[in-house]
Amino acid sequence: MNALESAFANLKKENKKAFIPFIAAGDPDINSTKELAITLAKNGATVIEIGFPYSDPIADGPVIQAAYTRALDKGIKIEHIFKAISETSAELKRTSLQVPIVAMVSASIIHRFGKEKFINECSKAGFSGLIIPDLPVEESLEISVDIKKAGLCLIQLVTPNTPKERALLILSACSGFLYCVSVSGITGERDKIPEELIQNLAWLRKQTPLPLCVGFGISKPEHAKVLREHADGVIVGSAIVKHIETTDKAGLDAVKNAIANLSASLVGALNP
Amino acid sequence: MNAKLQSTPDALGRFGSFGGRYVPETLIEALNELTIEYEKAIKDESFQKEFHRYLNEFVGRPSRLYFAERLTKEAGGAKILLKREDLNHTGAHKINNSIGQALLAKRMGKKRIIAETGAGQHGVATATACALFNFPCRVYMGEEDIRRQKLNVFKMQAMGTEVCPVTTGSRTLRDAVNEAMRDWMSTVGNTHYIIGSAVGPHPFPWIVRDFQSVIGSESREQCIAQTGKLPKVVVASVGGGSNAAGMFFPFIHDKEVELVGVEAGGHGPKPGGHAATLSHGSPGILHGTFSYVLQDHDGQTADVHSVSAGLDYPGVGPEHSYWKDSGRVRYTNVNDTEALAGFDLCSKLEGILPALETAHAVVEAMRIASKLSKDDVVVVCFSGRGDKDCYEIARVAGNSLE
Repeated sequence: MNALESAFANLKKENKKAFIPFIAAGDPDINSTKELAITLAKNGATVIEIGFPYSDPIADGPVIQAAYTRALDKGIKIEHIFKAISETSAELKRTSLQVPIVAMVSASIIHRFGKEKFINECSKAGFSGLIIPDLPVEESLEISVDIKKAGLCLIQLVTPNTPKERALLILSACSGFLYCVSVSGITGERDKIPEELIQNLAWLRKQTPLPLCVGFGISKPEHAKVLREHADGVIVGSAIVKHIETTDKAGLDAVKNAIANLSASLVGALNP
Repeated sequence: MNAKLQSTPDALGRFGSFGGRYVPETLIEALNELTIEYEKAIKDESFQKEFHRYLNEFVGRPSRLYFAERLTKEAGGAKILLKREDLNHTGAHKINNSIGQALLAKRMGKKRIIAETGAGQHGVATATACALFNFPCRVYMGEEDIRRQKLNVFKMQAMGTEVCPVTTGSRTLRDAVNEAMRDWMSTVGNTHYIIGSAVGPHPFPWIVRDFQSVIGSESREQCIAQTGKLPKVVVASVGGGSNAAGMFFPFIHDKEVELVGVEAGGHGPKPGGHAATLSHGSPGILHGTFSYVLQDHDGQTADVHSVSAGLDYPGVGPEHSYWKDSGRVRYTNVNDTEALAGFDLCSKLEGILPALETAHAVVEAMRIASKLSKDDVVVVCFSGRGDKDCYEIARVAGNSLE
């Protein structure tokens, strides 16, 4: 069983919900990426999403784009990310923290790097799965075979405007967990959980045994409290990245403190 | 070779291996809806009639195919004919596509229009179409371009369009496309995105090419009527590639007609110094499509440069990549200095100020014409007028019009 699948299986046994934080690799710098990932793992993360900085991230909102720009301005390269994640994986193993890591990466980067080589490097670095937000299911059929062969999961997204028959096609090509986008739009913090989302989750639940995790706009313990009744986990991106951005000047310990506190409050709301 | 060339994209939206859709799931339904509606519109005679009526009465089509006598004499070879898209309302070819897509949006019952713009020509064309058809319109424009193209910003605002400055990344066209796509992801239910070039996810490259094909169709007929034969060579400038796609497409199956696309050579072939995507780039993904792109080894979009603000785009339409790889169209480039000299020459010899994009095509056409006999004909897509570039040309020459 893939580490991602085991993590969700264990969670289910304990009747708990998943907390999936996101950080952009290289933000504020590549040396901090390992430290921040370990901090998240120690503070209740079930899975950690690592974003590969990209120059033209159309699915991301201003907060994550700004993090990508900061990382790219410091000259981050893909090889640095694989190195940092290898070290993170080794450290997690050493400390017996079983927290799988997934890559959030644009199709553009994978294509240029070379599909086989990219998957191979992901595997070697200890990634358990990939999210390719700009690769719709029709375009992902080929790469999904290679990802599966490498023992990794390919996490697919469904959105509020995905028609039901299309959602079924997406489910058939998805592994690890299903990324349920809360609203039509880009990543970023929002105030409310839409009623329509709750109905979609109920429908999806009947179609698939895959864990359902909700992302885009999840930032507050109140969101987590509502969603714990309907989903298997929440993905928190912009809120974490924003904390990194605002505390960075005070040094790495301040950043670690800030994201540890945010994680604790979200985990507390998810699993009281 | 030509007989096998695809005229429409396949079921996955590809021309050969190029094209497709590399966009977030949120946009897929809107793209499906647009594809279905466009397929209906193609077959709907009343839609086509309405489109052509606006092209005729509002845009002022057909545009002239004009014999440039003094440029011809200067080149000393083939006869040079200019397809005068600069004489269209708003001064460039962009209006053909904006009118077509605004009609499509109306047909789909959309209530709002968004667009991106670089130099501002597509923004002005879309603002124009939105005033005409009473759509609220927002145009995304890089902060850097807003500074360089104040007049176009004023024109858009005068027609009731909201110009939204883009302050991310390089603050130019590429970032404006990103912002427009983001807006569309949140507003896809009631909004249509009028993309300005033959780029982006399927079906945009196909739709834009079709709406611009009026350029090539008219040119082909006019050339036969005026010279009794097809041109030997057809030349057009290529940034994203909308004027070139529209010019070339009706000639694609005329094997005897050579097609030449001219990219921005900037200050030379070093990375960051040009925008010659097909000349110096390689296949990759940008803005939702698989096509030639200018990227670094990690897949990050490269910086581009051209003296022409309409050509400095790091990607190109997927159909051009297809035509390049199939050998049907030859792509070359003209540098900044040559283009500026072309602007000067064309202005002084013909009394016609070309846009800097257009000047690239004029320079290459003169080179080609000089090597041909005087019985041959070279047709140039004269994509736009140079008014918008006067400030920049003066600045480069060390003067200021401010």
